[in-house]
Amino acid sequence: MLNYSLKRLASAIPTLLILITVAFFLIRIAPGGPFDSEKGLPAEIEANLEAKYQLDDPLVIQYFRYLGDIARFDFGPSFHYRDWTVNQLIAQGAPVSFTLGGIALILAFVVGTLIGVWAALKQNSLSDYLTMSVAMIGISIPNFVAAPLLILLFAIALGWLPAGGWDGSIQRMVLPAIALSLPMIAYVARITRGSMIEVLHSSFIRTARAKGMPEHEVLLRHALKPALLPVISYLGPAAAAILTGSVVIERIFTIPGIGSHFVQGALNRDYTLVMGVVIFYGVLIIALNYLVDLLYAWLDPRIRYDR
Amino acid sequence: MALLEVNDLMVSFDTPEGVVHAVNGLSFDLEPGQTLGIVGESGSGKTQTAMAMMGLLSENGSASGSVQFRGQELLELSTRELSRIRGSKISMIFQDPVSSLNPYLSIGDQLVEVLTHHRDLKRKAARKRAAEMLHQVGISEPGQRMRQYPHQLSGGMCQRIMIAMGLLCQPDLLIADEPTTALDVTVQSQINTLMGELSEKSSTAIMLITHDLGVIAGLCDKVLVMYAGEVMETADIDSLFADPAHPYTQGLLKSVPRLDKAHSGILSAIPGNPPDLVDLPEGCPFRARCPHAFDKCIEHPDLFDAGEGRHKRCWLDELPPLEEEAEQEEHA
Repeated sequence: MLNYSLKRLASAIPTLLILITVAFFLIRIAPGGPFDSEKGLPAEIEANLEAKYQLDDPLVIQYFRYLGDIARFDFGPSFHYRDWTVNQLIAQGAPVSFTLGGIALILAFVVGTLIGVWAALKQNSLSDYLTMSVAMIGISIPNFVAAPLLILLFAIALGWLPAGGWDGSIQRMVLPAIALSLPMIAYVARITRGSMIEVLHSSFIRTARAKGMPEHEVLLRHALKPALLPVISYLGPAAAAILTGSVVIERIFTIPGIGSHFVQGALNRDYTLVMGVVIFYGVLIIALNYLVDLLYAWLDPRIRYDR
Repeated sequence: MALLEVNDLMVSFDTPEGVVHAVNGLSFDLEPGQTLGIVGESGSGKTQTAMAMMGLLSENGSASGSVQFRGQELLELSTRELSRIRGSKISMIFQDPVSSLNPYLSIGDQLVEVLTHHRDLKRKAARKRAAEMLHQVGISEPGQRMRQYPHQLSGGMCQRIMIAMGLLCQPDLLIADEPTTALDVTVQSQINTLMGELSEKSSTAIMLITHDLGVIAGLCDKVLVMYAGEVMETADIDSLFADPAHPYTQGLLKSVPRLDKAHSGILSAIPGNPPDLVDLPEGCPFRARCPHAFDKCIEHPDLFDAGEGRHKRCWLDELPPLEEEAEQEEHA
């Protein structure tokens, strides 16, 4: 098990390196630069600025210097927010984004699993069809549509919850968390239903029933664990969906997370900020996928003992 | 009193193709400690008979008739009531032992839960009892095996574990549904020997479902031959092999390859296929494949008393003996 986890951890390094390289050159290929403005700066000033931020060196040299910097966890100064370093900006936005994303993720998995199991137990009944149809709609509606609708209903028409902003209070978290998790709840519910139905038809469930296990134990002790495996493997992609979703949701609800830095950074050609956020997101997704693999190995003894 | 009395059992399944009549008016009984073999081709309703008894039919299935176990009507019990009998009074083992065990739970956990559930044993006592039972079914180092998972064990080992699991609560009846079909031949005979020994030692009756007459011969007291969900013939084991009374039984016996007889090199088989269970033919269900079919077979035969405690569902009074017929074929 230890061997397996170390091996998986080592494979994260090349993944991250590729991500950094691709992102670094892609943002540089994009037309424009960090110091472009509508008025246009005199050539000498621009040259000075580039010299200050060491943008006048050949790209390859800049690339390796950047690699050296991030190896020391220094993501450099922001080109746009001149008084801030990228580290500071991320440190400021990350807790907000983490809270929002974490709540959305938990919401998605808990609620989605419950709905999925329930639908599986009521397989082919009216309530099953109804739930799954609603879930299909949930998957199909993008969150930039769902979010304004939620605001319209709960903030404006009913006036129950604030329409945006962030102060760490539950009231302000509810709507963005729901908007962010909605498609995922639906997706998790569908995966859970499918795998639960499959597991309930397997031979070992028949054995569990044949040896007289009461139905709730058949469900919780024998069926739930294997039924949750596909759900857990969705945790990785779900984390990615949360991140991309949060970029949109944070803007709609005016939440000061790192999602808005990402969009703003890309528009401003704020090279270091964009790179910082990309690497941050990348590490997060790799870490979650790593966690999924470990969870998988922990849940399924066949994986655990193979390596 | 008989341990098990099955009367006019009908099992059918609603499918998109129509209603499948898997078991059609099956009746038999079983005495305590007796070993009954149920034999027939695939689709003859053997497994579904057992499933109906256990209340384990799939959702589209329904059973009618009567299954009395120690005077208790099983078909009328709720799932909760049934779950007290399953695994405790009646156990069942299945064809594919490896997939019948839960791959996500250790062997020990799967054995122990039977005892903690049915016998109210504490975990420690249950583990001890489970280890003893594993030892009885010939598994070495039970303690270590109980920490392992099904995928780490061989098919034969898994079936031994399934048998141990079935016998943990000393049930009155063990239903074994093709217990050796998925295993290779040497392991098959080990498992059969084991079941024979265990049934002799304990008072557990065995209902052995198989398509293999060879397995039946070694283990059973009584045989029930099924075809298209009906009993074709019942007899004690010796008279069935010595003198099959039904053409279908003859056909089955002839298709067992034998080493002690010279043969032409072609294995004998019953021509044709079992009837469509959605649209059962009128008259004798075996009529279309029977070498002795005649006019009368258009009527459905009853299960006639054939003397000496035997029954057969056939209009013929006498069948030509098996050996002569084989010789005739050779001459022709």
